[in-house]
Amino acid sequence: MAEGIRDKVVILGMGCTKFGERWSDAPEDLAVDAFTECLSDAGIEKKEIEAAWLGSHFDEINVGKGGNFLGMALKLPLIPVTRTENFCASGTEAFRGACYGVASGAYDIALALGVEKLKDTGYGGLPDSPAFGQQYAMIGPNATAPGMFAQLATAYSAAYKVPMEKIKEAMAHISWKSHQNGANNPRAHLRKPIPVEQILGAPMIAYPLGLFDCCGVSDGSACAIVTTPKIAKKIKPNQDLVKVKAIQVSVSSGEEALYTDWDGSGMLTTRRASSKAYEEAGIKNPREEISMMEVHDCFSITELATMEDLHISEPGKACDDILDGFYDLNGKIPCQPDGGLKCFGHPIAASGLRMLFEMYNQLLGLWPEERQVKNPKFGLTHNLGGIPNQNVCSIAIVGL
Amino acid sequence: MVGIRSYGGYVPRYRLNRMVIFGSMGWINPANMLNAQGEKAVANFDEDSVTMAAAAAADCAKGFNRDLIGGVYFASTTASYKERLCANLVAGALAMREDVRTADFGGALKCGTTALISALDCVSAGTANNIVVSAADCRLGTMGSPQELMFGDGAAALMVGDTDIIAEFKGSFSTGHDFVDHFRGSESKYDRQWEERWIRDEGFGKFIPEVISGICDKYGMALSDFAKVIYPCYFGSARKSINKKLGIEPDQVVDSLQAVVGDAGAAQPMLMMVKALEEAKPGDKILLVSYGSGCDALIFEVTDKIHELKPRRGVLGNLNRRADLDNYAKYLTWRRMVTVDTGLRGEEQKWTRWSLMWRAHRTMLSLEGSKCKACGTVQFPPQRICVNPSCGVTDQSEPIVLSEGGGKVASFTSDMLAASINPPAIYGSVNFNLGGRFLFDFTDCTVDDLAVGSPVDLSFRVKYYDALRDITDYFWKAVPVAEGAE
Repeated sequence: MAEGIRDKVVILGMGCTKFGERWSDAPEDLAVDAFTECLSDAGIEKKEIEAAWLGSHFDEINVGKGGNFLGMALKLPLIPVTRTENFCASGTEAFRGACYGVASGAYDIALALGVEKLKDTGYGGLPDSPAFGQQYAMIGPNATAPGMFAQLATAYSAAYKVPMEKIKEAMAHISWKSHQNGANNPRAHLRKPIPVEQILGAPMIAYPLGLFDCCGVSDGSACAIVTTPKIAKKIKPNQDLVKVKAIQVSVSSGEEALYTDWDGSGMLTTRRASSKAYEEAGIKNPREEISMMEVHDCFSITELATMEDLHISEPGKACDDILDGFYDLNGKIPCQPDGGLKCFGHPIAASGLRMLFEMYNQLLGLWPEERQVKNPKFGLTHNLGGIPNQNVCSIAIVGL
Repeated sequence: MVGIRSYGGYVPRYRLNRMVIFGSMGWINPANMLNAQGEKAVANFDEDSVTMAAAAAADCAKGFNRDLIGGVYFASTTASYKERLCANLVAGALAMREDVRTADFGGALKCGTTALISALDCVSAGTANNIVVSAADCRLGTMGSPQELMFGDGAAALMVGDTDIIAEFKGSFSTGHDFVDHFRGSESKYDRQWEERWIRDEGFGKFIPEVISGICDKYGMALSDFAKVIYPCYFGSARKSINKKLGIEPDQVVDSLQAVVGDAGAAQPMLMMVKALEEAKPGDKILLVSYGSGCDALIFEVTDKIHELKPRRGVLGNLNRRADLDNYAKYLTWRRMVTVDTGLRGEEQKWTRWSLMWRAHRTMLSLEGSKCKACGTVQFPPQRICVNPSCGVTDQSEPIVLSEGGGKVASFTSDMLAASINPPAIYGSVNFNLGGRFLFDFTDCTVDDLAVGSPVDLSFRVKYYDALRDITDYFWKAVPVAEGAE
């Protein structure tokens, strides 16, 4: 394996808007807000940014194609802007582009920004779009994201002989936890704690997922400026630096959709990307070494399966860890300390950078006591885009 | 010997009790009470004459080498296209060769038997063999009309050939009359009819005896020669008087299925014929008569081979596969007789890209995947590079048809968010029994009928209807195999 980019890139500054139903804000407003905060945090001037990567997913209702949106919204001075689109990994892909730009020596300072304006869709849930090409659009099922991810639960239950009642209970704990954490976070979309009984009694969206098993659909933007450790030290001589330890991406090979060995209970991509990321970051035992995580809890069952796919919970044992409080804010590995997609919200291409924003601030110890993770060393972020049968996974690990 | 080699039937799973209709619409025409007996078969929201004809044709062709089928004739007065040959859709669903004869028959309710005579003539002439004739109808009466109560949906298919004949063709006789008892103009969705007394007395009452006398005279036969006499007539009283007039005895009568299916239009005489064949014994002579814009009459004699034909669903098997549709408004919605709100998600555009469809027509119509010649892995849709991680060869596959083998549920859900006129959208991953997997919509079921590992059949269905462009698009869906079926 190539040596990777561990410790070659530093996050110099970050910004993140409040996520939510930002009815009065255009995507330009969201991008400008995230960028302004980020630039101020980085302590540099705009003209020092040499290249930018823009993550955005839905062409239909968001910012269109290409990189022009970012150049024009932020008035970037004719620098290269590359748009990254890779489903829900689009934001982390923008971050990867910027990090590789710096690590390669092509640029000293680079920008990554993710933005998504979903609330101009006109209906709940994500916009209906031919995400897998025209043939699939004509022959694939009349499906939505909750329905596709819901199948993880039926397949997981069959694969590990875990009764659906226990899965429902663990999923309810996941959503309860995210609501607890989101309630403490002023930037989160949904800020109301919800009792477990209400979660279990909620109307069904896609069997077995109820309303509270599904994440918020939100508007928002998040942004990072990255540079080399040397330059960062010069700009911020008296501050801890958050270093990039690993970034890995894995994309379905067709094994899940076409080959019947896959049992549908978890994501092959997450298993591969996390193994590669631990290797790049030099992590031997993730269950012991990872301090905290922001994972892709688009649906509570996704978070449940992801705990195993990240090689932290034993196969078939995620429910036990979840119900034991292992992933609670005061547990061994706090998962979703900012409320997660569930409550912080999920503007697709902003989510990866939003997760990094949380890890960055946690690592620097900048959060109020009630939601500050104690002495974190490694923070992991995880995005999962597409559907379990054909998906994209990105993992980033950052640390001090 | 030329005649019928095989038969197949299809009656949709949902049955609407006529009193449910009368309960909603009886107020507008209380005399409809006379027609409100029994139940009618109703095509599901994703069924139409093409899908029902495909189902009957598949039942008929079950166990036959598809490469030996020489043609498909589709007969219906409710084809989903005026221009686009529905027979090609049925042939596609059967995964047949494409160097075959295909034709649509329509215009009259007798078109099913007219297609059958054409196929018999064709096989007799030696220009084609093993032609599947599939008739289906899904006619609509306006809300509150007698037709709404009388009509039912269904399909029946007969394979015509010259070997292994189960019922030998002995001759036919036809009439053509511009007797407009029912009609639909080129823009009409609903049937219109003239006064019922006129239809009963001057239509059925005269043309059925006319054609029966005609064929008996032509071939020197008497009605008493026939074990069964089949003719459509949805008036119970007219049927009685015609039977009496012609001397048709009770044991010669084949039930019209009016109480359990309804008048299935072009498929009606064919459905009765399939039912008769299901119960026939060698040596039985059957008189098959159709009605509508004239009549066809055909004589068949059942042979010893009738016992060699493997069991199929036919009519009886389909009648047992049933579920109540207890909601009249749902019926109206399924038939697009009323406009319902499926949310803004339901207003998103569906694009039918015809060039893509032609390129992939074996995939989409015939559910044809690929099988790796190096490792045997089956894949759907077809792949150029083998997906088996330990194989991966390029361009070494052969086609494999996956529609007949069925499959097993690998995962499933029931989705209230997806836009549908029949929510919830039920779908999931199906592993084909022949190998490979795909994500299918499930139909003719509720989520309670599903479990990981439970068996499904694949059924050719309407995938979507694009109202803007009047496009009915078809693909395959998975149907849980009912307990005890087959």
